[in-house]
Amino acid sequence: MSAAHIEFKTKWGLVVDIDKCTGCGACMVACQTENNVSPMEDASNKLRTLTWMLVYELKNGKPFPEAEVAYLPRPCMQCGNPSCVPVCPVVATDKNEDGGIVSQIYPRCIGCRYCMAACPYHARYFGWFDPVWPEGMEKAITPFASTRPRGVVEKCSFCHHRWNQAKDAARVAGKDPDNLPDGAYVPACVEICPTGAMAFGDLNNPKHKVYELSKSPYAFRLLERLGTDPQVYYMTKRDWVRRQGDNYLPNEKA
Amino acid sequence: MSFIEAEKTWYPEGVTRCGLGKFLGWLAILGAFLAFGAVAAFFIFFFGIGVTGMDNYFGFGLWITFDLAVIALGAGAFFTGLLRYIIRIDELKDIINLAVIIGFICYSGAMLILTMDIGQPLRAWFGYWHPNVHSMLTEVIFCITCYLMVLIIEFVPLVLEQKQLNKIPFLHHLAHNFHVVMPLFAGIGAFLSTFHQGSLGGMYGVLFGRPYAFREGFFIWPWTFFLFVLSAIASGPCMTVLVCALVEKATGRKLTTYRVKSLMAKIGGTMLLIYMVMKYLDTWAWITGVLPKAGLTFDQMFYGLIYGKWLMFIEQVVCILIPVIFLLVPALRRRPAFMYWACILNCLGIVINRYVFTVQTIAFPVMPFDTWMTYAPNWAEWGPTLMILAYGGVVMSLAYRYLPVFPQEVRLNK
Repeated sequence: MSAAHIEFKTKWGLVVDIDKCTGCGACMVACQTENNVSPMEDASNKLRTLTWMLVYELKNGKPFPEAEVAYLPRPCMQCGNPSCVPVCPVVATDKNEDGGIVSQIYPRCIGCRYCMAACPYHARYFGWFDPVWPEGMEKAITPFASTRPRGVVEKCSFCHHRWNQAKDAARVAGKDPDNLPDGAYVPACVEICPTGAMAFGDLNNPKHKVYELSKSPYAFRLLERLGTDPQVYYMTKRDWVRRQGDNYLPNEKA
Repeated sequence: MSFIEAEKTWYPEGVTRCGLGKFLGWLAILGAFLAFGAVAAFFIFFFGIGVTGMDNYFGFGLWITFDLAVIALGAGAFFTGLLRYIIRIDELKDIINLAVIIGFICYSGAMLILTMDIGQPLRAWFGYWHPNVHSMLTEVIFCITCYLMVLIIEFVPLVLEQKQLNKIPFLHHLAHNFHVVMPLFAGIGAFLSTFHQGSLGGMYGVLFGRPYAFREGFFIWPWTFFLFVLSAIASGPCMTVLVCALVEKATGRKLTTYRVKSLMAKIGGTMLLIYMVMKYLDTWAWITGVLPKAGLTFDQMFYGLIYGKWLMFIEQVVCILIPVIFLLVPALRRRPAFMYWACILNCLGIVINRYVFTVQTIAFPVMPFDTWMTYAPNWAEWGPTLMILAYGGVVMSLAYRYLPVFPQEVRLNK
């Protein structure tokens, strides 16, 4: 609820190597399946679809043969200073738990969509219609992620339920649930990525791969200068891609 | 006595009104819009707001623009109340009733639209039950609902003064006692209104992820907080003047003196002048401070025709500078054409301001690889919007016909 920046002992973070991403979209499919996103009857209007994870296509704007493309998977940035949290009138979204994942409390949300107006990443989605699963497909709904009614805002939670499962597994194995080894908890998108473009772990834990990756000179975050302090990092060795990670004045360097 | 004859005894003392048939015909026209809106509302409640033209990029659209605009234009109620009851500008007693009715229509209309706009209307009370004290919207929910109650309290004595109702001793005394405590409610109304008008602006100013709207500010309030208060009290009195003129035009009767209208317009113009200075400073600070800090240029804030610079020119030059001159130069204000046009421009400018802050803010692609998107409301959004306008027409028509809204009417039409 607080607008103040809180530091957590554990800070779950995602590092995406854009140079390794082929734009296959497997992460989007895995996300929708894992989080019980119902298929839409007509998904042709992409501004109406529920894509908590969305792959954007980036172009360098040059003609052939210099034309290049890059793909940028965009989950919720789980910002350290979220623009969405302080604006919610009913505390339906919060950043108050170790791990730093921005929560979304569906039974609390009134559907005012102020958080959507606040988020510059378009990471928040609204249930415009009742979710409907075609006959038989409802059997694929998992008990792990709650389904949402229409009229509430929903978003990526870094597959929060998988964290709970990882902690339970650690407890059963007699290990410390608050000090999970690298790879014990990964979201569905990371698990499915066929090229290994995504790494997930605790950004504060030197034993986790993301600790080093996030400090790479090739790492950057989206729209950093707005002050959102995201927990999602991107990597690229291509200058033109890097430059599209934020807004720069013509005389500024990325 | 026939019903038609009896109906005539409900009119305020000493006035004439059009025939009942004509009046019912007029209500039927408004009723058609109400019916259209009701059909749209049914679709919205039954199928969800997916039936509207909004989407994940434009979670705010026509309805929020409409709400913000009518709440600003309805500010004549609290501001005139403040001037009449607290600062004691006595002349305003001749137009205060109208200002209160307009305020009531605007606020109740905005609330009705909001019941459709939020995705889970049955959870609307969560704003009270689980309030986030950091959210400007929480403050808006608190103040708007409380202020609507104040407006009802201000409206009730006028209803009780209806000729037949006022014959009942209890209601007569009740109305009198309401009047006695009215300065208290005018004060509460002014307090609540100032804060929610401001918080509506604050709602946009705090969006630090949206450089089009984001503003620095004073303490917890971004500059838009103060700008929205000022623009509301600049346009509210002018809206009251326009509605008064419209009712006069429609009924063919003189309802207030030009002097009273001119005073209201002068008050609006004075506020608009203060707003103009603040708005120009704010725009300058935005162009030279907020935008470069975010790595953006002024030109990048505009796109094509629909989000073009012409809108800003109309809003900030044509609809601020020109009405300020027309309203504050006495020789110009004395001429009806200048005064009414200035009032129209003033109100139009505020509507454009609320529109760009609502829609252009979210249309601008903050991520450099994203693109500008356009938004157009569809029938399901226009339906309820027209319904609320028609509802306002019905309330206004009934109030004019049966309530003693205009104290000067009898004298002016002798």
